[in-house]
Amino acid sequence: MSCQYKLPAWAAGITATIFPFTAMAQEGSLDQRINETVAPISNVIAGAIFYSVPIAGNDFPLIVGWLVIAAAIFTLYFGFVQFRKFGHAIALVKGDYSHPDDAGEVSHFQALATALSGTVGLGNIAGVAVAVSIGGPGATFWMILAGLMGMASKFTECTLGVKYRNEYPDGRVSGGPMYYLSKGLAEKGKPGLGKALAILFSICCIGGAVGGGNMFQANQAFQQVVNVTGGENSFLAGSGWLFGLIMAVIVGSVIIGGIKSIAKVTEKIVPFMAVIYVTAGLVIIISNIGMVGQAFSDIFVGAFTGAGVAGGVVGALIQGFKRAAFSNEAGIGSAAIAHSAVRTKEPVTEGYVALLEPFIDTVVICTMTALVITISGELNSGLTGVELTSAAFASAFTWFPLVLALAVVLFAFSTMLSWSYYGLKAWTYLVGEGKGKEIIFKLFFCLCVIVGASMSLGPVIDFSDSMIFAMAIPNVIGLYLLMSVVRGEVNQYWAKIERGEIRKVDKSATAEAET
Amino acid sequence: MSQTPSVKPILIGYDGTEAADRAVQFTANRAAAEGCPVHVIYVLEWSPYSFLSAQELEERHQRRTEELSRAEATLAPALRVFIDRKIPMTYEVRYGHSGELICQIAKEKKATQIVLGRKGGTALGARLLGSLALTLVQASPVPVTVVP
Repeated sequence: MSCQYKLPAWAAGITATIFPFTAMAQEGSLDQRINETVAPISNVIAGAIFYSVPIAGNDFPLIVGWLVIAAAIFTLYFGFVQFRKFGHAIALVKGDYSHPDDAGEVSHFQALATALSGTVGLGNIAGVAVAVSIGGPGATFWMILAGLMGMASKFTECTLGVKYRNEYPDGRVSGGPMYYLSKGLAEKGKPGLGKALAILFSICCIGGAVGGGNMFQANQAFQQVVNVTGGENSFLAGSGWLFGLIMAVIVGSVIIGGIKSIAKVTEKIVPFMAVIYVTAGLVIIISNIGMVGQAFSDIFVGAFTGAGVAGGVVGALIQGFKRAAFSNEAGIGSAAIAHSAVRTKEPVTEGYVALLEPFIDTVVICTMTALVITISGELNSGLTGVELTSAAFASAFTWFPLVLALAVVLFAFSTMLSWSYYGLKAWTYLVGEGKGKEIIFKLFFCLCVIVGASMSLGPVIDFSDSMIFAMAIPNVIGLYLLMSVVRGEVNQYWAKIERGEIRKVDKSATAEAET
Repeated sequence: MSQTPSVKPILIGYDGTEAADRAVQFTANRAAAEGCPVHVIYVLEWSPYSFLSAQELEERHQRRTEELSRAEATLAPALRVFIDRKIPMTYEVRYGHSGELICQIAKEKKATQIVLGRKGGTALGARLLGSLALTLVQASPVPVTVVP
């Protein structure tokens, strides 16, 4: 996710630098009136969620600490599961343990890919640039560390997501934090607390879906399109509503009209864009292989000395931690919704697969961005955000900003589709299922696309961004209370593997056996 | 879904098209002449590495159940041909890559040959889109008969 611009004092300045059009394009009185109405409420909520304590001259949002501490606790509790079972996770994704009779059901790979398409986005491109431009190359080290620990949080929440999912008589499967919070805590003898946390989670999830998962995406995608089509002189400048309307019609035709082909095309292009992005990054890194040693030394030295960074080591650490937490959503609970549809008898297998998600998102893609920026030498150019990433890639491929703009729009679109689903699940959890109720949410969701693209609703976006992180409060409390359940699942799973009840499906052997 | 018969079967790939129905007739004649059983395969093209939206993930199990029952319905008339002619017959509906799956089943069942209906596409179309018949001719462990 990509919510890095919504933070206290310094954020306003950065927002203005990265996205000058936010401030410029819309000064309409309607915008202002909406801003003035919601600002008092949104400021209180955003202020509470992003409550920051000053550490060595840096503002450290407590919610980031909440997520990093949780990740550290799960890492220790599960004995560094992200390293010990990494190979097993790969084997599961490859389908080594998938029974041939389950062909046609949701595979581990599919659940992982769908969850990833909701996480990989603007944060990996723009957010990292903000982190290294403020925290220096050293921020990369702390980002990787936090990403590695976040793998344990994902493991925990996605195992629970599958264990406590609902399987309906008609064959549909639905899961996520609202189900494990209510059902799991009821098993622990705390039904009241479970229900309360589930409702709190659902409310925050709806807020996060229309905010960070929608309006923020629409807004940033529009800014990027304006930037590459000529900035202030762009034919689109000031026509955010038009861009938003087009986006909303496309999103609506997929989520309301059920037009699968559009979603299918995006789903084909998005992984492709991710591959292009990573390949371009690799090419730049390899062609500058001589500078990689220097870049890594900058990263390590920066991480422990904080040379040249405001706030020194702590400044670099805070930037890195923030970026990782905001990017991979470990501990937020959103991914558990996507992962829970997988076909498996063992919930813990999806937990293992899910731990690859922060690895790919943070340790691979974010690190790639950071390395390219460090190597390109654009770090001291005074740029930040998408512009910095864009400039870093442009130093090798002049045409890259165009590809990047396309990637940003597509990532925004796929993130919107994912979050429309997460929001819908939370909505139906609260109000019950039903065509009419679902349509209401979907229409509201589309409306928010237009609002997000056409207005500079800082306070509204602040509010909804804070809602995404608010999801982590009920979710992580639930994870602490339920982590013993996950350990039970782990133990019985490995007992079965040792007894040989679960083993790799050797496809060639089954064919050979009969000859 | 079926037992391996004692006598080696003829394998037929069926997909409900007219060409597949002609292949059924051909196979029935061959099986009757040779006195061997028939094994019918219906493949639902599927990759575990394809990309689905969250909504599709939720509904996947339901859809799969529907697809399987639709496949059974499509298969029924073909199966009736063999039943009517009292030819011993087994069948299966499988998800996967049709070329790989048919070759694999041919090995498992120790089939004497594979029979397929020809889609009747143009040569260019087959080159561009790939053709099951061409794939099998190149990869099959047993002889392949393509019925026009």
